[in-house]
Amino acid sequence: MGYRLKPKYFDDVLSALSKHYDIMAPALMPFETRHSAQEVVGYRKIESLKEIVVDKKTFFSPKEILFPPRETMFYFTDSKIRESEYEEKNKIILLRTCDLNGIERLKNMFLNNGDVKDNYFKRRFESTKFWLIECDDGFDSCFCASMNSNKADSYSTAIKFTEEDILVDSNDNMFSELFKSYGVEEDYKVSFIEKNKLEVKVPLSENINPAVFEHDIWQEYIKRCIACGRCNTSCISCSCFTTHDIIYDDNKRRGERRRVWAGCHLDNFSIMAGGHDYRTKNGERMRFKTMHKIYDYHKRFGKHMCVGCGRCDDVCPEYISFSKCINKLYDIIEKENDK
Amino acid sequence: MSINRKIITKNAYRITKERGKTALRVRVPGGHLPVRHFETIKLIADKYGNGSVHITTRQGFEIPDIDFKYIPEINKIIRPVLEDLELSIGVDIVELHKGYPAAGTRNIAACIGNRVCPFANYDTTDMAISIEKEVFPNHYHVKIACTGCPNDCIKAHSQDFGIIGMTEPQYDESRCISCQACVKNCKKKVTEALTFKNYSVVRDEKRCIGCGECAMKCPVGAMTRSSKKYFSVVIMGRTGKKNPRLAMPFMKWAEKDVVIQVIKNTYPFIDKYIDKSLVKEHVGYIVDRVGYKKFKDIVLDGIEFNDELEVAESINFGGYWYERNNCFEKPV
Repeated sequence: MGYRLKPKYFDDVLSALSKHYDIMAPALMPFETRHSAQEVVGYRKIESLKEIVVDKKTFFSPKEILFPPRETMFYFTDSKIRESEYEEKNKIILLRTCDLNGIERLKNMFLNNGDVKDNYFKRRFESTKFWLIECDDGFDSCFCASMNSNKADSYSTAIKFTEEDILVDSNDNMFSELFKSYGVEEDYKVSFIEKNKLEVKVPLSENINPAVFEHDIWQEYIKRCIACGRCNTSCISCSCFTTHDIIYDDNKRRGERRRVWAGCHLDNFSIMAGGHDYRTKNGERMRFKTMHKIYDYHKRFGKHMCVGCGRCDDVCPEYISFSKCINKLYDIIEKENDK
Repeated sequence: MSINRKIITKNAYRITKERGKTALRVRVPGGHLPVRHFETIKLIADKYGNGSVHITTRQGFEIPDIDFKYIPEINKIIRPVLEDLELSIGVDIVELHKGYPAAGTRNIAACIGNRVCPFANYDTTDMAISIEKEVFPNHYHVKIACTGCPNDCIKAHSQDFGIIGMTEPQYDESRCISCQACVKNCKKKVTEALTFKNYSVVRDEKRCIGCGECAMKCPVGAMTRSSKKYFSVVIMGRTGKKNPRLAMPFMKWAEKDVVIQVIKNTYPFIDKYIDKSLVKEHVGYIVDRVGYKKFKDIVLDGIEFNDELEVAESINFGGYWYERNNCFEKPV
């Protein structure tokens, strides 16, 4: 059973929930990044409906809420270690189907990847509720349907923003009660995009062989990619990080270990102990990312890591399109396979 | 033929080498023109000129080969351009049908600015317009240009006043992934104002020129732009036949109002010290004669400074003097 809420009552719901939750939603960021007088839509805490931006895709993904760009893991003093505390409020994240699937991909990496669960991700994930924003037509660079990420069921509440009202359908009793008291019943069930404007064909894993690593397709990206790393930092599913030990200036026996996002397009990603860098060419980085997004991850988890949110296409300053790269790869591999 | 040269010149028509012919200079404050005005320019060039127009370095149009007798007629035709580009922005023109009321203070030029350019730190055309309405019309010869960032595409460094956009980098350590994109870029392309210490970025405020490159390079939005816009002002750059030189830094981290007020205050300075025995004296030469200190005292007088503002204590103008260039010889 769903409900229809007037905007002011939706605001009442948000304000009632804000006692227990930080509500994180797509909104204009309070800063200008790359260019002056250019709005940046990203994820931040919001207090009212009018702050929520649904007509633009966010530049950064909601990944940063569960997996912050920089996070202290533990502090050390002499021989003692103390894990960082997690004292943040519980969170509600308003996000789209692709991103919810993306968070499932992150969850696989952090919680279902071997015996050890990543506590830093876990404590954030377990205190978060996901509210799914229903997409109308999606955006030009979206290709979720091609990546089977156009549907999701692991949400607590689905929301549709219409011109006048807000439609909601919640699986969560606590939220349902709240919606019931502020809205009127309506038979609303979330619907999903079946087809995007953009179609991407992903080559079958069994047809991919190491010969494609040497293919000329990567040559183009040696010249075009500038290794700025925005495709990594904007990606919902990029989960790589590196760690730094920070020794405090005023006491060399104390410090902390931090983890920060790393990205295969960024410099230093493939530097090993001793200083050898085995993936210096930007085309090789593009190849590595592509193979990870549409091949390696699939072998381990049975799904492609890329969810087709298309942010990497949106943010690339060199206008490199990842979706086009996958399509080109498909043509090469399937043609090879036909021989 | 009898014409009053001074009146003609102040009406934005010039004396040309061909006797009896003049040329009209059309100002385009901020260098951005609604294309409908091309119709007017075309009409004047076709009907009264020779069907051609020269695009000036100051982003105006010079329509040549016009008979002096057509000036009153042309002044009526150019009226909509004056109304739209001058009157509508707040420039005080009493007799619109008489054409341009002055030509001394030159058109205020601007690079394309942040309406288009990814590097620009502000709307340069908008700034140029704001200055135009404060200083025009005026007969004193002052050259002003606005440029979006220290790349200085409009060549603000060859003006009496060059306005350069600045942004104050805002560093959110909690978003920083220690990739050093900003640090490496600042070292290679700018002033090495950023260094990397204990996996975080440290900004040397003395070295930072507020260009905004770091915010452009940051892939996570850890280094962002300040909501406040700042300007650096370089002064008394010039070409000319005595001492060509680049303009020198006068102020940095100035707010818009401070910049405009300083430019306004320059006019009483000129009025007080100009050598009236000359046909005209450029403001840079006046500053050379009376000294930077006097200039500074007058132009800063009565201004409400913003907290971040810094002003040059002294200026050592450089460039070269033609009269001192005696080291030339015939090539062997």
